[in-house]
Formats: sequence, structure tokens, C-alpha cells
Amino acid sequence: MTIDLKTIKHISKLSRISVDDAKADKLVEDLNSIFDFIEKLNELNTDNVEPLTSVAETTLKLRADEVKSKNIRDKILKNSPDENEDFFVVPRVVE
Amino acid sequence: MSDITSLTLTELIKNIKDKKISSEETTKAFIERGEKSRDLNAYITEDFSNALLKAKSFDQKPNFDLKLPGVPMAVKDLFCTNGVKTTAGSKILNNFIPPYESTVTQNIWNEGAILLGKLNCDEFAMGSSNETSFYGNVQSPIDKDLVPGGSSGGSASALAANLTPITIGTDTGGSIRQPASFTGTVGLKPTYGSCSRYGIVAFASSLDQAGPMSKDVKDCALLQEIISTYDEKDSTSIDFKRNEYSKELTNNIKGKKIGIPKEYRVDGMPKEIEDLWTKGIEYAKDCGAEIIEISLPHTNYALPTYYIVAPAEASSNLARYDGVKYGFRSKGENLIDMYEKTRSEGFGAEVQRRIMIGTYVLSSGYYDAYYLKAQKVRKLIKNDFDEAYKKVDAILTPSTPSAAFKIGEKTNDPVSMYLNDIFTVPVNLAGLPAISIPAGVDDKGYPLGLQIIGKAFDEQNILNIAYAMEEKIEFKNKITNWWIK
Repeated sequence: MTIDLKTIKHISKLSRISVDDAKADKLVEDLNSIFDFIEKLNELNTDNVEPLTSVAETTLKLRADEVKSKNIRDKILKNSPDENEDFFVVPRVVE
Repeated sequence: MSDITSLTLTELIKNIKDKKISSEETTKAFIERGEKSRDLNAYITEDFSNALLKAKSFDQKPNFDLKLPGVPMAVKDLFCTNGVKTTAGSKILNNFIPPYESTVTQNIWNEGAILLGKLNCDEFAMGSSNETSFYGNVQSPIDKDLVPGGSSGGSASALAANLTPITIGTDTGGSIRQPASFTGTVGLKPTYGSCSRYGIVAFASSLDQAGPMSKDVKDCALLQEIISTYDEKDSTSIDFKRNEYSKELTNNIKGKKIGIPKEYRVDGMPKEIEDLWTKGIEYAKDCGAEIIEISLPHTNYALPTYYIVAPAEASSNLARYDGVKYGFRSKGENLIDMYEKTRSEGFGAEVQRRIMIGTYVLSSGYYDAYYLKAQKVRKLIKNDFDEAYKKVDAILTPSTPSAAFKIGEKTNDPVSMYLNDIFTVPVNLAGLPAISIPAGVDDKGYPLGLQIIGKAFDEQNILNIAYAMEEKIEFKNKITNWWIK
């Protein structure tokens, strides 16, 4: 299978990464060479194999839902690229 | 004390405990060497003045019962450090100051260690040569314009160059073991669930593990026993009985069964790697181990599986970098435009490539063909190891298919770069522990490593085998200080 320019533009939308035409051409080339390599998996019949989702064979533990980090609001907001009083600021979304 | 910085961690601790050197003297020595070694570009952030203050304060009230009493050390810039900038090698986090500490680093500070600074790495740990870092590539102390490996390249370089007595890295597909192998140092990737992932910038959550990097196996065992703790803040942290690895370390490995997987004899493997492996088998026999031929039939499918699973998880983990709550933000005409420009300008080429692969394999219509298929093959790879461990206690392989390469040599061909991890990736997919130890050099004098893979939670056994073999190998790293004028 081959990945074309249209597919790259579609993935770019899905992943919220803008790509210009030069970058898109390079991605077509790179992703095709990577997927050629990945296609090797099709040699294997996996019809009766259970997928492995986690190597950690434990059941999740429950814990009390408690607040442990307190009074770090200012430290958190300080990392924000744009803030206003107690809020994160984003470009206008409602017209 | 002629040269503090060339001591092993164990020697350094003994000198500090015997009051032959203070924490301040030690810290000063590593800072001075760090300042003279800026051409290596091993540090992203130096925290030297704070380190000195902490060392002075340690000396005023020393506690020698701690395991790392006043020992300065630098860590990979993938660990969140409270109040100290943490970038993950990315522009998108170039102004991020974590308001909290990773569990692994907290464990180290609790034992009395002092942070020297944050070490360079591939962007979001995605790379095998430290060339994808936004903060520039790292030079190897082994030779000029040689890569130190990656993604923990700054850690490996700093350790081999004596800028830090010990360090920690992270390993998703080989990111501790490959740079250790390239720089003549020891690196351990622990069992998945052994070290908490809390506070480590996430790359591929089902594969990521933190681990120690050191100058010898004994130091490695000591650091592993400090960083490996059960942590309720990481839902995949496993509550098992952890050894005091350094205390229980022994070179008696008589009768241990060590497997040699025939599938690791890959086409086109350089003769020096083949020879190293043969030599390694002889060393293991000399130590009294029994060598057994084994088969891991799905080895060749590990890299293609990894390049579906890891990017898929990365695309999901890195969705959080949207320019809103922290990190770099680009200006956009509207919210979506801001997201797209932020991520396009904030992430480097390799990270964008992997997000794209991951998004594609998880997208509607392709999930079964790629992601589900990869998870099934991952099961087959794990089954191979489960079968092998019915017959053997550990597995011996080369760490990498070649010695370190020159900066720029593989940057234009992603697949050839990925092939570096051919021997390390299966271990992450199966969640097993593995250690790389220096075992020889190639014809240019560049270090080569051997990898010992263990059963899950059997770190003690592979540390013991590594310890016994290290004694036979007697490797000496040749560091010429070429970067110091």
C-alpha cells in the first residue's frame, strides 16, 4: 500500500499539525519507507492470537480519592503561555 | 584525592563516608569538569549554584546512613524536577517548570543525592543518536563527531566523560542500553512496572521504563535498589518484593543456564559484533554458566511491531501539547489554527513523523490492520520469551548491531536509524529487564556492549551475571579528554 499526499493532509488534520507542501512531500516519502518496513507483519497469521495490551499482569488497585497537592495554583498558572487572573487564555472560540 | 570525578559511585561514597572528601569538594569537582566540558553539549540545564548550596548544607549536617550521602548527580531531562526546567529535549517545553517531582528522582534525593542539572536527550526520547534534540546534538567523549547514542545520549556522554558519577535514563526501545553500549558504560532497563513512571515525560506508556546508568555493575545495582519502588501514583507500578540488589550481588553464577538466541545472528552483522558475542559466550562459560542454544522465532517482527505500538501511544500522549496550559504557543487566527501552528513549530521533524504514524495506525479503517495486528504480534514475541525461559535463566546477545556512528550519518534515513534498536526493542515489547555491559571495542577503538536479558522481576540474576562477566572482561574505557582545550 502507499500513502499519498491526500492521506498525509488528512493525518495532518487529525493530529493538529499543520504541514506545508514541502513538508508534506517529505512525509509521503518517509512514511512510505516506514510502512514498507512495517508491512512485514502481514507475513504472520495472527487469527487466533490474543492481543497484548499490557505486559503488567496486575489488576488495577483502588485508592482513596484525596487531594494531595495543595496550593500550587500559581505555580501551575505560571507555566501557561497566556493567563488572566485564575484562567488559562485561548483565542476566542465563540463568535 | 587526585581525581574525584573518575571514581566509581561506590568509591566516591566510601570516601565521603570516611570523611576524606566532603560533599562540597565532590560537587565542586563535578561542576568544574562540567564547565570545562560544555563542548560535549551534555547538559540542557545546569543547576550548579543550587547544587553547591545543597552540598554545603549537607556537609553542615551530614547523614552518612543515607545510600547516596551528598553525592552530586545529573539526570536525563525527561524527569520532572520540582522548580527546575524540564524540556524533554523539545522546543514545546522550553519554558516548562514542573510544580512537582518525579518519583524516581524523589527516591534519589531522599537518599541524599544532589541534582547537578538536566541532561540532553532526543526530543521526547524519540531517537537513537541524540540528534533529534531541540538543544543540539551531543558529542561522545569517545571521539569527536561521534554520536553517544540515544535517546539517553546526554546521560551516557556525561557519565563516560566523568561529569556525573552515575545517572538515570529512560528506555522505551533501547534508550538506556544502546547509549551505554556506545560509550563503554553500564545501563539497565528494569522490568516494566519496577520503577514508577510518575513524573517522567511520557513517550510510549506501555514500554517506557526508567533505569540506572553507571561505570560498573555494582553502582548499577545500588542505584536500581534506590529507584525501584512501588508507587500508587503510577497505575502500572507493580507491588513485588524488591531485593537490596547491591547487597545481594554475587559473582557466583555457577550452573546458571544462559540462552543464545540464533535469530539474533542477523544478516550483515559486522564480524566484530559476531566475535564479541562469541567472546561473551566464552566469558560466561568461564564463570561456570551453562550455554544453551535457544530460539526466539519472532525476533524479526519486533521492530515493525514497535514502530506501530510506540508511535500510536506517542500520538495519544503528545496530544496534551496544545499551547494552552503550558509550553510553547504560536499565534493563530483561531483556536484550531493556534493548535496546528503550535504543534508544527513546537515539535521537531522526528516527533512529527511519529505522531503522524501513530495517528494513521489508530485512525478509522486502519486500527485493525495495524494497531491490533501489532498487539497480536507483541503477544507472539512475549510468548517466545516465555517459552525460552522454561529452559534458561537468562539470555545473552550483543546490545547493538554495530558500534557508534558519526553525527549526521543516519539522519536522512529513518529506517536505518531504527535498525539500531533491533536487539533491544524485543525486551521492551515483552516488558523484561536487560542490562548492557561494555565488553570490547571495534577496530577504531569504539566500545561494544553485551546485553543480558532476564525473566520479569529477575534483575538480581542479570546483575549477578553481569557482575561475574565484568570481572572476566576487565574492560577499561579510554577517554582522551579530546574536547578539553
